[in-house]
Amino acid sequence: MRVISEGRGPMLQPPDINAFREWNRRKPKGLIDKRMSEREAIERFVKDNDYLGTELYGSVRAPMSLVRELIRQGRKGLRVAGQSVLEIDLLLGASMVTATDFTYIGLELYGVSNVLRREVDAGNLEQIVEWSNAGLAWRFKAAAMGVPFLPMRSMLGTDTFNYSAAKVVECPFTGEPIGLVPALILDVGLIHVHRADKYGNAQIDGISGFAYEMSRACRRLILSVEEIIDTEVIRAKPDRTIIPYYLVDAVVEAPFGSHPGEMCYLYERDEPGIKEWVEASKTAEGTRAYLDRYVYGPSDHAAYLELIGRERLAELQAMVPGRGG
Amino acid sequence: MSEKAYNPTELLICSAARLMTDNTTVFVGTGIPMLAAALAQKMHAPNLMTIFEFGGTGAILDDLPIAVGGRRTFHRALAAAGICDVIEAAQRGFVEYGFLGGAQIDPYGNLNSTVIGDHDHPKVRLPGSGGANDVGSQCWQTIAIMRHDRQRFVEKVDFVTTPGYLTGPGAREAAGLPPGTGPYRVVTNLAILGYHSETRRMLLVATQPGISLEQVQEATGFALECMDPVRENPEPSPEELRILREQVDREHFYI
Repeated sequence: MRVISEGRGPMLQPPDINAFREWNRRKPKGLIDKRMSEREAIERFVKDNDYLGTELYGSVRAPMSLVRELIRQGRKGLRVAGQSVLEIDLLLGASMVTATDFTYIGLELYGVSNVLRREVDAGNLEQIVEWSNAGLAWRFKAAAMGVPFLPMRSMLGTDTFNYSAAKVVECPFTGEPIGLVPALILDVGLIHVHRADKYGNAQIDGISGFAYEMSRACRRLILSVEEIIDTEVIRAKPDRTIIPYYLVDAVVEAPFGSHPGEMCYLYERDEPGIKEWVEASKTAEGTRAYLDRYVYGPSDHAAYLELIGRERLAELQAMVPGRGG
Repeated sequence: MSEKAYNPTELLICSAARLMTDNTTVFVGTGIPMLAAALAQKMHAPNLMTIFEFGGTGAILDDLPIAVGGRRTFHRALAAAGICDVIEAAQRGFVEYGFLGGAQIDPYGNLNSTVIGDHDHPKVRLPGSGGANDVGSQCWQTIAIMRHDRQRFVEKVDFVTTPGYLTGPGAREAAGLPPGTGPYRVVTNLAILGYHSETRRMLLVATQPGISLEQVQEATGFALECMDPVRENPEPSPEELRILREQVDREHFYI
């Protein structure tokens, strides 16, 4: 295949699919009880300089309790898949990220991420490699397929391509230019789901985002779950399993684990809670104060929920259409 | 301007909504496109098939979506899938329209939402492509919604996040983008713009109510060609404004 052009971005994580196979071969295939706390899961499975990914999306089904614990424990030199609202924003606020394969980090209707700007200006975030949203998702899909790349027709002709690590080749079948994105194999993935059994067989309600692809692209996968369910519930409807147990290393029970984001059918997003971060993150001092109050202050997720308050959490549940008042 | 019965945001929303056609598929992004799609569904396009990038397909927009992955993007929807499914549908040619925004746009409709200044040492780091590049690459026609001034309408964008017609006629196809795709309209607070069928450069189609040709050109950092004649876009109707205020954004997220 003739290479027509190449993005200039560095390959932050090489698509070593053979090493991935060897890794997966060694993963336990037995049904093992993987329940543990946020603290134990982060201690055991996230290391300095890891390449980390999160799913879904900051204000929606996001692994916020895991992210807060990761900041509490601290890790150096993380590289991240940059598709995020609040979760990577908090990591940036704690200056823990040095490189990112980037598609979107922002605050949606509240605009640009101020911590992103500050981390870029300060030189802490040293490398930003650009991708489109689907480009990044297809990188997970390639890893999920166990192949080193996938062809795609996004990003072509743009600076998004020029500042990526993608390539354009002459298609060996049609002779036309086609883009290639390399597989992205994460060292560790954090995914929050509605429910799973103690082995990690997981169900998601509503849209699946990129959970199917990303869960299959992780060396280590930490699941946080709103509810732990019996394996018989899984076995009764196996078609509902989007993440099978053998992909999973830890199952963390975390009710309201996506707070202040939403969890469809369970609780709504906490708009004042999100706005509090939007306002606080405008300055370095505000960011520090927010982290002190909501991340370093509470010793664990249970203490965080106490801080938010049962009444407030019950309100967020009652706001779900068809529930409460 | 201050005496008008509507504000510039409401004008943008109503103008964009009118470009949405019943029984078509449309990619909807954060902000004004969400409001425009909700308004269109309640006015002339009840079967507007909305698609959100994280998988929501065919939602009824009773509650205004505020996040592209939020539950409102698949409220009473026909499918709740994932990002690969919906962008791959666009890649297969299923999605007719896509709505886009950005910090800068050039005469060929290329959009920047990544950086102002140099990529590695930016003046301002922006949120990035997200799904914008995919929408601009894969949908048959794209419609950009912009505030109109010389900082935003520039001869050359600092960074091409999302492809318009790139460098001109034939450039999209030469780059490998799907043939027959590209920018269709730009909706601004001053004008509705299109693209010349041969040069692929931006073209003034209509002015917004009370805005002159000269005002549009003055706010544009490059020479605009004009349709003959340039028409005037009708004002938002009382009915559009009532539905927008009382039903679409009744929680006042945007207006």
